[in-house]
Amino acid sequence: MLPKPKKNRNVYLDHAATTAMDERVLKAMRPYFLEQFGNPSSLYNLGRTANRALASARATISAALHALPENIIFTSGGTESDNLAIYGIARAHQSRGQHIISTLIEHHAVLGPLADLKKDGWDITYAGVNKEGFVSADEIIKKIRKDTTLVSVMYGNNEVGSIQPIAEIGRAILKYRKENNTAYPYFHTDACQAAGALTLDVEKLHVDLMTINGSKIYGPKGAGILYLRRGVKIKPMILGGGQEKRTRSGTENVPAIIGLAEALKLAQADRIKEGDKQKKLCSMLWNEIQKKIPKVKLNGPEIGDGRLPNNLNVTFMDVEGEALLLYLDEYGVMCSTGSACTSESLEPSHVLMAMGLPYEYAHGSLRFTFGRENSLADVTYLMKYLPAIVEQLRELSPVSIGFKQHAKYKK
Amino acid sequence: MSKKVKKTDDLSEPVDIRSSSGGGWLYSDVVKDHFFNPRNFMQYDEEEKFEYNGMGRVGSPACGDEMVMWLKINPQTEKITDCRWRTFGCGSAIASTSVLSEMLVEKGGMPIDEALKLKPQDILARLGGLPDRKVHCSVLGDKALQAAVNDYFRRTGQHARVLTAGAKVIDAALNVTDKDIEEAVLEGARVLEDVQKKLKVGVFNKESVPQIEELLRFYTEKYYG
Repeated sequence: MLPKPKKNRNVYLDHAATTAMDERVLKAMRPYFLEQFGNPSSLYNLGRTANRALASARATISAALHALPENIIFTSGGTESDNLAIYGIARAHQSRGQHIISTLIEHHAVLGPLADLKKDGWDITYAGVNKEGFVSADEIIKKIRKDTTLVSVMYGNNEVGSIQPIAEIGRAILKYRKENNTAYPYFHTDACQAAGALTLDVEKLHVDLMTINGSKIYGPKGAGILYLRRGVKIKPMILGGGQEKRTRSGTENVPAIIGLAEALKLAQADRIKEGDKQKKLCSMLWNEIQKKIPKVKLNGPEIGDGRLPNNLNVTFMDVEGEALLLYLDEYGVMCSTGSACTSESLEPSHVLMAMGLPYEYAHGSLRFTFGRENSLADVTYLMKYLPAIVEQLRELSPVSIGFKQHAKYKK
Repeated sequence: MSKKVKKTDDLSEPVDIRSSSGGGWLYSDVVKDHFFNPRNFMQYDEEEKFEYNGMGRVGSPACGDEMVMWLKINPQTEKITDCRWRTFGCGSAIASTSVLSEMLVEKGGMPIDEALKLKPQDILARLGGLPDRKVHCSVLGDKALQAAVNDYFRRTGQHARVLTAGAKVIDAALNVTDKDIEEAVLEGARVLEDVQKKLKVGVFNKESVPQIEELLRFYTEKYYG
């Protein structure tokens, strides 16, 4: 049987799922739960204090994005921001056209609303990706039609880490608008995975809408923003007291917003240093895996500038991802898989499928995403047990992809 | 690594994994035990020496699960005296094959007639249940066993005893069989649209719809009722 560690170490390698909150973020949030609990819409002092804090958070965030404070809409997270961007643009501009362009590798928070709009008569065109998981800017532009109101392309992919050419697509859309003397299509990007690693400068990226959330950047869960360029009209989804310039009603979640602003500030200040460190850990882990485990494949781009620095996605052939994940969990290692077995639909990862990976490869994939608190010791600990776990599951497995069948299987 | 994350669960506790939609599912202690300590699987050093007279293989890695079962059947007593297996699949697939192998060889070996009557529910009961989405894993074990016994019948010239699970075509235009519907139900289909989606087919022939709906009810009742 497998060797058991004397002492289990907790190795969290699922930062693309969510991150622990930074102590500094918690500290910034704390007063707004108990003492400064006022409603920012109230006129008395307590309300005004909350309102000032809100304004300051908005200023911090807009500075990180090189945007204006009034461009920032606070929401309940990445999913709501994505939904608001898609539904908001689609419905506010439907008299102009009902065509939207997106990609096959988007997060479900984008794919869900698009599928729903399709049912309501919208025409949705999805751009594919190459085998490394990259969308082509040219292909996106070629798909633009007169009735296209929105293009939505994610910034960094959550599963394989491929960084999409957002600035290039943005520039090409600007050029299209200018040449055709039109304000359409608008351009949205989901930057949830990118916020801790890449620039969020909306002027350089040429985006009209951008989604960011707190729970991937050591901030609180349940807090997100939608950047909305001035002059772009969207139809609100949540109606009520008219907060957030009437685009998103509901009393602002002040503590979470303060936390999100603090988290984004810290994440952007550290992004290059942290990115370099995490990229090194990814390379080290990948090198060790290749050295010690046969029949493995890197999914997504080579480790480097085209890939989110914290993401490593590997297929271990002939074994199934969920089984690997559960074994690793016994050793305190936490990661995720693209296998169908862990999904509600029993379909393997739509991202790996879009990249043209065969089903049996997708089933054996594991995603490791590093974070601030990871160190070389985590890689060493993981590699002490991973080869034996893969070996054990391979012994249990009747499958041998690409290799000759053992005579024992033949009748 | 941060000390903030505390790991409290140990081997005696079931693994709790939350699905993406928030519904939790749970592996029982038995599933966990068989997953981490699989019984009777074909070890590398046994490949050459294990003697068997029935072998069955079902599924494919593309579907997400594949199982192979080797049986040693005593021709006089028709009891399964020993068996080995290998499974490509998730935790519950591995555990259900392991528990099935235990059921087959315990108490001096199960007679093959009895083995052929084993239902997925029998494996499920012994496992202490599986989440609905994982039921199809245990069905594969039962099918691998049937295939291995059929192989034994063929090897011993008892062709009349081979069980043929002939599929019946329900919708001729789309070439959809009752087996397809059974598979779709096991993968979570409950209404007609689910079946269409799972089988990636267009609109069914009007005449075949009542029959498809009846099969849907039948298999849902059979596996989940």
